[in-house]
Amino acid sequence: MKQRSPLPGFGLSMGVTLGYLSLIVLLPLTVLVLRTFGLTAEEFWRIASSPRAIAAYRVTITSAAWATLFNVILGGALAWILVRYEFPGRRILDAMIELPFALPTAVAGIALTTLLARNGWLGAPLESVGIKVAYTQLGIIVAMIFTSLPFVVRTVEPVLREIESEIEESALLLGASEMNIFRRVLLPELMPAFLAGAGMSFARSLGEYGAIIFIAGNLPMRTEIVALLTVIRLEEYEYEAAATYATTILIFSLFFLLVSNLAQGFLLRHVK
Amino acid sequence: MSELPAGFVPPAATPSERFVPSTRIGDRPLVKWMLIGLTASIASLLLLLPLAIIFSAAFAGGVELYASKVIEPDTLHAVWLTVLTALVAVPVNTVFGIAAAWAITRFQFSGRRFLIVLIELPFSISPIVAGVAYLFVFGTQGLVGPWLEEHGIRIMFAAPGIFLVSMFVTCPYVARELITVMSSRDETDELAAVSLGASGFQTFFRVTLPNMKLALLYGVLLCNARVMGEFGAVSIVSGSIRGRTNTLPLQIELLFNDYNTVAAFAAATLLTTLALVTLVLKLIIERRR
Repeated sequence: MKQRSPLPGFGLSMGVTLGYLSLIVLLPLTVLVLRTFGLTAEEFWRIASSPRAIAAYRVTITSAAWATLFNVILGGALAWILVRYEFPGRRILDAMIELPFALPTAVAGIALTTLLARNGWLGAPLESVGIKVAYTQLGIIVAMIFTSLPFVVRTVEPVLREIESEIEESALLLGASEMNIFRRVLLPELMPAFLAGAGMSFARSLGEYGAIIFIAGNLPMRTEIVALLTVIRLEEYEYEAAATYATTILIFSLFFLLVSNLAQGFLLRHVK
Repeated sequence: MSELPAGFVPPAATPSERFVPSTRIGDRPLVKWMLIGLTASIASLLLLLPLAIIFSAAFAGGVELYASKVIEPDTLHAVWLTVLTALVAVPVNTVFGIAAAWAITRFQFSGRRFLIVLIELPFSISPIVAGVAYLFVFGTQGLVGPWLEEHGIRIMFAAPGIFLVSMFVTCPYVARELITVMSSRDETDELAAVSLGASGFQTFFRVTLPNMKLALLYGVLLCNARVMGEFGAVSIVSGSIRGRTNTLPLQIELLFNDYNTVAAFAAATLLTTLALVTLVLKLIIERRR
């Protein structure tokens, strides 16, 4: 299995690693998937495709897609100004970018809810122009934007920093417009990084729970995310339904992980 | 926090040395200041307003009320359980991280890449899925639940369940940092130590560890922040018995849903302070690396 190495400790470190992973990660996930084997394929499908579940998938996936789109634009712009420009407060902004990863999601959830509630600092002015955020799908999107904001910034930033100025300079000298240079020269270079960041952002948004449940309103069919539906089924002692939804989320995340890894590998090999 | 791929090196904070004004796109002052103004104001709105509301709501009734809410027995107990969880989960995951990094970076074996993917798997899995999975192992409806109940061992809806899911959710943090750092250094030094007669542990503690102290600290820091703030997975396995199995994030949820806003935000300031301290320490470590 392994090549000869004079260093000791292969057996011990490998044993600890595999043993721990099997017990802590693989065993529970296997038990969860096996749990759904108690159901027939028909039953599994009936639960997984019930109208309420379909609505929850739709709310979760569309919200995550909107949040990711927003973060690609804002994150790209943030990476751009942090790398390309010098301005007062740049370092503080740079340090603050990772606040959403450091702040517990439940804390983010109650803070965003209070801000955006009808009488909140932001909710009140928005309400007066007819925009409701808290307890609507928009609230779910805002929570997802907040919790996954750093991904695109942190994947695009290092790539943007590495781009040589000579390419842009010669393109400018040759008379290309700035927009054209951005689209034709910079964007292809940045594409794998954008894709990686967007993939992580989307995946994180799909799995997010703590920040969302406070602000979502949690109305079945309208503002209920899949994770919450899973928890509700557990609380109703509907264990088979909970196992079905959890397994569905698991399968989707694994599939998404595979696809985004393949896509990144493809882009890295063929675009550059 | 920072669920970024292995091999991802945080960018240095120094401005680009190649910065040459007016030869690159987007450098015209109008474009530049519009971009900065728009982007920075949206980002600060999104990042600073939540921070501001946490502290403003917590101190809305004055300092005395704030203090009385923080030292409420249930909240203090939640702080204790949160700290206890970190004291269990962080060291365990540190040992795991060291073992995993040693095996992966110091030996060639088939399936090495697959093992890395496996280690990072918890980053891609919703904490809710983790919580449900643990319930089906240790819950009364679960695989070993009935046996545990017969023998009077409580794992679900008690502290051990919280420790276990926290370990699941945060197991990649230390491992990922160490794998990144250790694969950037080859094993020449370690081979020299071993050939001079050092044992495996001596080699690790005297040769390997001193070169990766900062990476280790970094991983431990991120792992700790995530353990103390974990909500979804813990909420499923804790059963949220008030004052008994509530961690701080669960206590915040409970208080907030009781419309006890001041108390909820008072408890939230504790976790927010932890987050801010983590960010500052992280910055210091990044500067020194």
